[in-house]
Amino acid sequence: MKNLVSTRDLEAGRAIALLDTAIDMVDVRSRDVKKLPTLRGKTVANVFFEDSTRTRLSFEAAALALSADVTTFTAPGSSVSKGESLKDTLQTLEAMGADFIVLRHSHSGVAATVANNGWVDAHIINAGDGTHEHPTQALLDAFTMRSRLLGDAARGNNLSGIKVAIVGDILHSRVARSNALLLQKLGASVTLAAPQTLLPRAIDNWGVTVVTTIDDAIDTAPDVVMTLRVQKERMSSGFFPSESEFSALWGMNDARLSRLPPTSIVMHPGPMNRGLEISGSVADSPQSTVTEQVANGVAIRMAVLYTLMGDSR
Amino acid sequence: MTILIRGASLMGGDTSDILVDGDIIREVGRISSSADRVIDAHGLIALPGLVDLHSHLREPGGEGSETILSGSRAAAAGGFTAVHAMANTSPVADTAELVELVAERGRLAGYVEVRPVGAVTKNLGGEQLADIGGMARSAAAVTVFSDDGRCVGDALLMRRALEYVSTFGGVIAQHSQDPRLTEDAVINEGRVSSELGLRGWPSVAEESIIARDVLLAEYVGARLHVCHVSTAGSADVIRWAKKRGIRVTAEVTPHHLLLTEDRALAYDPLFKVNPPLRTAADVEELRRAVADGTIDVVATDHAPHASASKDCTWHDASFGMVGLESALSVVQHALVDAGHISWSDVARILSVVPAEIGKVGGYDAPLEAGSKANITLVDSSHTSVWDASRLHGRSTNSPFAEISLPGRIMSTIFNGTETVIDGTVVAPELVRKT
Repeated sequence: MKNLVSTRDLEAGRAIALLDTAIDMVDVRSRDVKKLPTLRGKTVANVFFEDSTRTRLSFEAAALALSADVTTFTAPGSSVSKGESLKDTLQTLEAMGADFIVLRHSHSGVAATVANNGWVDAHIINAGDGTHEHPTQALLDAFTMRSRLLGDAARGNNLSGIKVAIVGDILHSRVARSNALLLQKLGASVTLAAPQTLLPRAIDNWGVTVVTTIDDAIDTAPDVVMTLRVQKERMSSGFFPSESEFSALWGMNDARLSRLPPTSIVMHPGPMNRGLEISGSVADSPQSTVTEQVANGVAIRMAVLYTLMGDSR
Repeated sequence: MTILIRGASLMGGDTSDILVDGDIIREVGRISSSADRVIDAHGLIALPGLVDLHSHLREPGGEGSETILSGSRAAAAGGFTAVHAMANTSPVADTAELVELVAERGRLAGYVEVRPVGAVTKNLGGEQLADIGGMARSAAAVTVFSDDGRCVGDALLMRRALEYVSTFGGVIAQHSQDPRLTEDAVINEGRVSSELGLRGWPSVAEESIIARDVLLAEYVGARLHVCHVSTAGSADVIRWAKKRGIRVTAEVTPHHLLLTEDRALAYDPLFKVNPPLRTAADVEELRRAVADGTIDVVATDHAPHASASKDCTWHDASFGMVGLESALSVVQHALVDAGHISWSDVARILSVVPAEIGKVGGYDAPLEAGSKANITLVDSSHTSVWDASRLHGRSTNSPFAEISLPGRIMSTIFNGTETVIDGTVVAPELVRKT
């Protein structure tokens, strides 16, 4: 595996190997010396054309924990506004010694285009492309589910039999897309709950079950309820009428939490709008995995860098 | 100068000789006399010179991607003898001076008749009518008006445009795309847009504008031409309108007759086009709509773009594909070889009817004695894998690379002048006019 562009292209066996490697990375992180020498002398370039402090810091922490040198390029908006094309920007970074390019962009398909076109030789890791995919987020979510729900039996296992409900703005969510693909590859069943305006069209081939409200999803007694960040500007574009109506029909709150099996977990990729898609008390409850997801993110990104490095030898 | 074409199959039918004398077809039949030039056309199909209702020649303003000369050469290579040059140049073709300049440069290049299309609204702004009367009465005698690239979205302005253009006997060629329903849209809305996370261009954005426009055309008694029909639903609306007696004509592009949205799955910008590639069901229905006469013509929407506009991300890429050289091959493959139409229908949809819609003279009696000597000879038995080296324009953004396509243009004769000989485009200095 040279690049990680999408969960669509990721085989189940590969995914499980990455999750297992991430278990080892969690161990590394808990040691006295929290570093591995794997990427010593290698450079990881974090190239973020779209702001995302948390994802960028997570990749930085992962790269540093593997002893890589890290360079960061952030150009909110796009460097095209300065007249330089993406191709030129990436080739410049590679000429400066980047071995891995961690790429975040507001346009769908950018990572795939870079990986397919041979513009650079560096490994490409998709850190989120538009409303397409966010594969490391899906991997860290799968990792979090597996360790919470399977505990010590996690290693080597998939998510067979696990029921996951993904709720909210599916249409604009790369997290939802990557998760729907990966979780099903790992044997989980996936239910989506959203208003029609926030559901992609013609998804009968996605293999998922679609229901209307979060209550319909909770009726299925899911092991996992994954809430998604909803952009408030979607209201002015007519996707839904008001915050209160959204949270009434698709928000995760205490009453709904109490209807879930006690072993079920509630997830959110962050950053949260407390009180909109998830209430503050649910976010802070023991069933919430929000901070665990952040911690697991570093381990997963270490596992991805480690694996891509190993495969290129 | 006389040219004798020996043994060509006339529009796929009887084998005959054709004698060209000057710019006129002198005689068709068994001809014993000789000529200055003799073309052995045994095994080839003779068609009337092809007429494209929809090309972007980019001059003035976009000479980096195409010029009137380079686009004319591409047209000749594709068997065309007349092309309509769309108005979205820079500056926009919205005045008599500009359309006369385009027509004159086309005449000087000498490969094809370049018929300028005039803008409907000033600077394609969608607010105020362009100098329609001035362009109609100019030396270029414009009859087709279009804001192509943009839709005349405002219903009242469209009504006025239909009425005003009909005053001069012209036609509005509408780019049917509801602007609000397609904001930031870059691909067909459906299975593929959902998978790729790209903003979708819903079929209803085309169909609803066509429905509105045919009703407006009926109401004001005007003629309407619908550009690049891309959905099954659009074909239904047009079929209904024709049945009702509304004076509407429609075109489909070769790429919408062959390619589907699946081509975009790897985000390759070569397949980014407006309207977008649709589904296999749409392709099938568009083929049927050509066969039953609902769609009148095939037009290329030849849209050259410099390589930097395609060697980039899907989002940053320009919309459009070149199509002049490949048009007849795609039509043969998608319509003739697939059993939908005959070669005489090809003459109808690629020459006679587009000329009629654009009021281009000399195409109403194809391959008959006394007609203008606009002739294309095709080797329909030839099959080859398409590649960019076949292109004669300045840009190489063809979506058909690596696809095996039938047919090869062996000869093109424009007003009695050979522009393609033995499959090779004639050098510019040999066809240039003064």
